[in-house]
Amino acid sequence: MSSSVKKRLRSVRFHFLTILLGLIMIYPLVWLLMSSFKSNRTMFQNTFSLWPTEWDILKNYQSGWSGVSGIPFGKFILNTLIVDLIGTAGCVVFSVMAAYAFARIQFVGRKFWFTCCIITMLIPSQVMVVPQYIIFKKMGLINTLISLALPWFFGTAFFVFLIMQFIRGLPIELDEAAEIDGCSRIGIFFRIIFPLTSPAIVTSTIFSFYWIWQDFFQPLVFMSKPQLYTVSLALNLFLDPNSLNNYGGLFAMSIISLIPVIAIFLIFQKYLVEGIATTGMKN
Amino acid sequence: MTKTAFQSKRSKDNATGYILIAPWLIGFFLMFLVPMVMSLYLSFTNYTMLNVPKWIGLKNYSRMLTDKDFWQSLKVTFSYTFILVPLRLAFALIVAMILNTKHKGIGVYRAVYYIPSIIGGSIAVSIIWKEIFGNNGVLMSLLGAFGIHQKVSVLGNPHTAIWAIISLGVWQFGSSMLIFLAALKQIPATYYEAARIDGAGSFCIFRKITLPMITPVIFFNLVLQLINGFKVFTEGYIITDGGPMNSTLFYVLNLYRRAFTYFDMGYSCALAWILILIMGIFTAVLFKTQDSWVYYEKK
Repeated sequence: MSSSVKKRLRSVRFHFLTILLGLIMIYPLVWLLMSSFKSNRTMFQNTFSLWPTEWDILKNYQSGWSGVSGIPFGKFILNTLIVDLIGTAGCVVFSVMAAYAFARIQFVGRKFWFTCCIITMLIPSQVMVVPQYIIFKKMGLINTLISLALPWFFGTAFFVFLIMQFIRGLPIELDEAAEIDGCSRIGIFFRIIFPLTSPAIVTSTIFSFYWIWQDFFQPLVFMSKPQLYTVSLALNLFLDPNSLNNYGGLFAMSIISLIPVIAIFLIFQKYLVEGIATTGMKN
Repeated sequence: MTKTAFQSKRSKDNATGYILIAPWLIGFFLMFLVPMVMSLYLSFTNYTMLNVPKWIGLKNYSRMLTDKDFWQSLKVTFSYTFILVPLRLAFALIVAMILNTKHKGIGVYRAVYYIPSIIGGSIAVSIIWKEIFGNNGVLMSLLGAFGIHQKVSVLGNPHTAIWAIISLGVWQFGSSMLIFLAALKQIPATYYEAARIDGAGSFCIFRKITLPMITPVIFFNLVLQLINGFKVFTEGYIITDGGPMNSTLFYVLNLYRRAFTYFDMGYSCALAWILILIMGIFTAVLFKTQDSWVYYEKK
């Protein structure tokens, strides 16, 4: 009896703590959502309260959607999607290919190139942006969507590493059996490795989509024409102190920018949680 | 016969290997090696994008010694990183340990705590922080409701602005938490049982079993988070724009301004190389010390 009471108490304490922490964690997001419903006039009265004193949902979302500098917000989303789809497609496919080669094929120079790959992971992309800018400028790629996709397109060391770890976890006997049955390397790759690594591939695809979607530094450097702005840059444009009076529109479009990210998270939660957990394990 | 078959397999492997890594190799040369070499060369020149790069030797590097912004950005970035990383990791570990129990709804909590990590880099989140800690912000209005009227907001005060940005970093403890959680799950339950039978208390168990067993993951997190800390940019750019009084002038923000506000390309390349050097030193030191505190279980 008393031990079951104790257990109950412990469970109550646990849920109290975790729910409290959960509320703190999501308060900023709920605040943004509720603020995007408030009218501009009442936006900054009792800012902390979540409940709008005056609702202006339609007006905020309409005015935000109509965009900045005469460019509709849909255009920014389209730009970001183009960059993101091209960048992610290349990034994932080429990362998987390299990962398979590094994990399973004994080619000359494998160790050397793999070390190079790891080094690129330790060097932040921010320090490369200046020379990349100069190169892109010379090639006439500044103010093109290609310049935003290119740095991702050829694959990223982090994904090569993640997928390689995953492939290493698959039994090599599978490859050998297939080889005895007359399957070529490429055949093994497409018929065995590719399907079996799908969890790691899904994880990489989602992360790649996220990173490009939210990237701010590269677009800030490579883009100067508002027609080509990505969602991040567009929100930054909203923030311009000279024209910032439509907070409702700004918050509404901030919410819009987060929706794809959170929706994908809710659908593919399992992959993301497991993917992140395994990156730390086998190093 | 077998030898030639072996040889042909060898050369076939070479061909397949290089075909498969070819796209990555192109990217490595085009997006990494060429820019790196170029950046190294430019760091010894005076280059504004309008002139031909003029070789000036080590002048860019010696100029840093007397550049106030450089030292300020170094100080800001170091304090940010060395306060944020321990805080975030401690928090992540505590929450992971709380979640590493048998209760209902763990999956939901885990997901809720992880969401800030996936959206943390977005502009939207920086905007939220700007509005929470700024003038007319959530904090000011909350304090006002309690009758406390502050003249300056957290972001307006050079002593406190960085703490608002640190709090944004701590808020994103989710991915470290997930890595810790996975590591905690791998500790065999028998270890704990044995310790309990020997009469060890909870704190003793934490210190003697839990902590040593997860040192590899702590190490991994530490390396990753330190590198991430040095890279901070967006938060400083959006929330405070480096201010007030340069109190949030992060290293990369300073580098960005040198390059794209002043078009001082040579100098900013030199700044980039010093950052690489600093990060390299920290990573190397961490790897050197790992023998003395990281425990790898022999299989």
